[in-house]
Amino acid sequence: MPIDMSFTEEHEELRATVRAFLVEVSDEQAVREHMSSERGYDRDIWRRLAEQLGLAGLIIPEEHGGAGASFVELLIAMEEMGRALLCSPYLGTSVFAASALLACADEATQKELLAGIASGEKIVSVAWVEPNGRWDLAGIELQARAKDDLWELDGAKSWVLDGHSADTLLVVARTDEGLELFRVDAGAEGLSRELVPSLDLTRKLAQIDLAATPASRVSRGDQTAALEQVLALTKAALAAEQVGGAEKCLEMAVEYAKTRLQFGRPIGSYQAIKHKCADMLVQVELAKSAAYNACFVAAGEEDDLLEAAALAKAHCSEAYFLAAAECIQIHGGMGFTWELPIHLYFKRAKASELFFGDAALQREIVADQIGI
Amino acid sequence: MAEYNEMSDEVLRERTRALLEEAHPEKCDSVTFRRAQYEHGLAWVHFPEGYGGLGLNPRMNVVVYDEITKHSKVVHHDPGEAIIGIGMGAPVVLTYGTDEMKKRLLPKIFSGEEIWCQLFSEPGAGSDVAGLATSAVRDGDDWILNGQKVWTTLAHISRWGMLIARTDPDVPKHDGLSYFILDMRAPGVEIRPLYQITGEAEFNEVFMTDVRIPNSHMLGKEGQGWRVAITTLMNERVAIGGGGSKKKGGGSAPLIKLWKDRKPGARSAAQEAILRDKVTRCYIENELLRMTSQRARAAQKSGNPGPEGSVSKLAHAESLKRMWEVAMDVMGSDALAFEHGYELRRSTPGIDTPRGLAKYQFLRSRANSIEGGTSEIMRNILGERVLGLPGEPRVDKTVPWKDVPRS
Repeated sequence: MPIDMSFTEEHEELRATVRAFLVEVSDEQAVREHMSSERGYDRDIWRRLAEQLGLAGLIIPEEHGGAGASFVELLIAMEEMGRALLCSPYLGTSVFAASALLACADEATQKELLAGIASGEKIVSVAWVEPNGRWDLAGIELQARAKDDLWELDGAKSWVLDGHSADTLLVVARTDEGLELFRVDAGAEGLSRELVPSLDLTRKLAQIDLAATPASRVSRGDQTAALEQVLALTKAALAAEQVGGAEKCLEMAVEYAKTRLQFGRPIGSYQAIKHKCADMLVQVELAKSAAYNACFVAAGEEDDLLEAAALAKAHCSEAYFLAAAECIQIHGGMGFTWELPIHLYFKRAKASELFFGDAALQREIVADQIGI
Repeated sequence: MAEYNEMSDEVLRERTRALLEEAHPEKCDSVTFRRAQYEHGLAWVHFPEGYGGLGLNPRMNVVVYDEITKHSKVVHHDPGEAIIGIGMGAPVVLTYGTDEMKKRLLPKIFSGEEIWCQLFSEPGAGSDVAGLATSAVRDGDDWILNGQKVWTTLAHISRWGMLIARTDPDVPKHDGLSYFILDMRAPGVEIRPLYQITGEAEFNEVFMTDVRIPNSHMLGKEGQGWRVAITTLMNERVAIGGGGSKKKGGGSAPLIKLWKDRKPGARSAAQEAILRDKVTRCYIENELLRMTSQRARAAQKSGNPGPEGSVSKLAHAESLKRMWEVAMDVMGSDALAFEHGYELRRSTPGIDTPRGLAKYQFLRSRANSIEGGTSEIMRNILGERVLGLPGEPRVDKTVPWKDVPRS
């Protein structure tokens, strides 16, 4: 059955509401201000986003205090946040951590942490990738040790979204049973967290070191399959965010091409520039199809989520980077300056391409999924 | 603009059954059946009564089709060669033709007894069709045609051609064109096959030397040829339709099969990995096109269509070319052979070409980004009509056609 990628009137209303909110709270000046703070986002805006708009718990079931919405609503929110380059822990907390909790965690942990995420009070981050830089599950080496009735973690986690400021970390580690999820709260013994200066200023990353750190095991048994789904869901959502950013870059480029005069006419009247813009449009439209498809798959019953998400992540990454890079080129010298916001999108584009594994890795996943 | 007659599905089904009683597809040939279908107004139900239709909503054509297939194992579909007549000839005759022309031409278009072709492109007028140079000079009740057309599908078996010619070289290019129906058997019309990169000729060149064409065969008024042509071209879009497979993995299936059947041990592991990535890219590109047409359908349904529909021609053409290039790489040195051979011969597209042969497709797909609007023209259209970028300064729009430089 082909997926019906239709949006309802309620969806369009949600889009308009989120866009209006972000225009108010996340204009360029706000982005610059938030990205230069150590936390990396504004707590009041996060609270409003949770309380007024119900976005922090968008995909969290109502029984846990969330909105109980699907990935279709999520894609709308992510696309708009990508456009506005919103500085927030949304990807790490409301998507990645919420999905991990829903897929792997025991009831008590779900009850506590999901409610905290939905209300905007708790920032939860998944600590996944390790210094070896591998995003596939086989790359996770950190071994959890049972000590009496408790567990201890030793090792390091890299590139943890908002890891320096999160209230709780969900650490993926190995037990005798396989891959499992462990909870480590801020302030735990032997836990050190360091903000890493990041390429993408709008998203904060931390290095986490664990030295005999006590942790609670929140899953029961091997979570490999569940974690693969969690990663796919998060990539689908990130792809939607990439589409929003790419669309914005295309708009900025076209706007500039219409108004910038050289040799007596708008540069957009030259085919050299016009065709660049047309190629960007094609890639952005294809990217939108891939991201929407992945999120509609995530929202439904289809079983090809791993393929759909990897495919979307592969293409949306490249489309976003193309749009941001060409946006710089079309703006000429000004595109290269700190003053214009394009470099922020350019950096977000590259960083989000590399996060969760680059396009080549995603294509490898697609190839494995289709059995070639 | 369109107001349709009211008719219930059931009445239309009854009428279809009445047709089947008189002529049944299982018991007569295509021409006989389609003649009767036309007489019953069931050829194209959205055409007016008396012209093969009943003035109904075009959506009701499927009801007729459905009823026929219910009662007959044999279906006399539109004959392949009749596609241009049915898709473009009939609408333009209906819109601009006299009553006499409609009665003379429409039945035989539908029955497939008379094949049509389109004579627009010229050697000097490809992307810039409105710059064409074939001249028509008035002589009494006739016009005298001189010039050459090219890329004419089916010209060699056509009875009629839809032709645009320049009737006034002293006005700007779009204003000096007129639209004619040309009798392809008229003296002075010479048709030659145009052999292409594959060795086949899907197309023709048509040469016209002092060909007489009666003034009554002009469609629309003198100087209005461009407007009439636009009607034809819009119908061409409907006739050709969107590309891309509807099935998951469908578009790239031939490449995937080649990859799975590749010779073992022909490459190093590193080379295999590179090639696998290229194959996967092609699979992804095809999927992106499929998803985009799905999204376009959804957007159309909700009455909110965006640019997703317009990017398809460009994206499709470019990705098809890439796919067949990769197919050649997958075959490796086996692709040095061309088993099909380059025998120079005529062929009818989609009917007798070796479509399954990847090496053939590798050659044929070069035309994807040229025919029906080059990729460069498509980028102009996307840039100007979708993104709203300004056009190039033009040197040909306001000056008399005869003063515009030509190659």
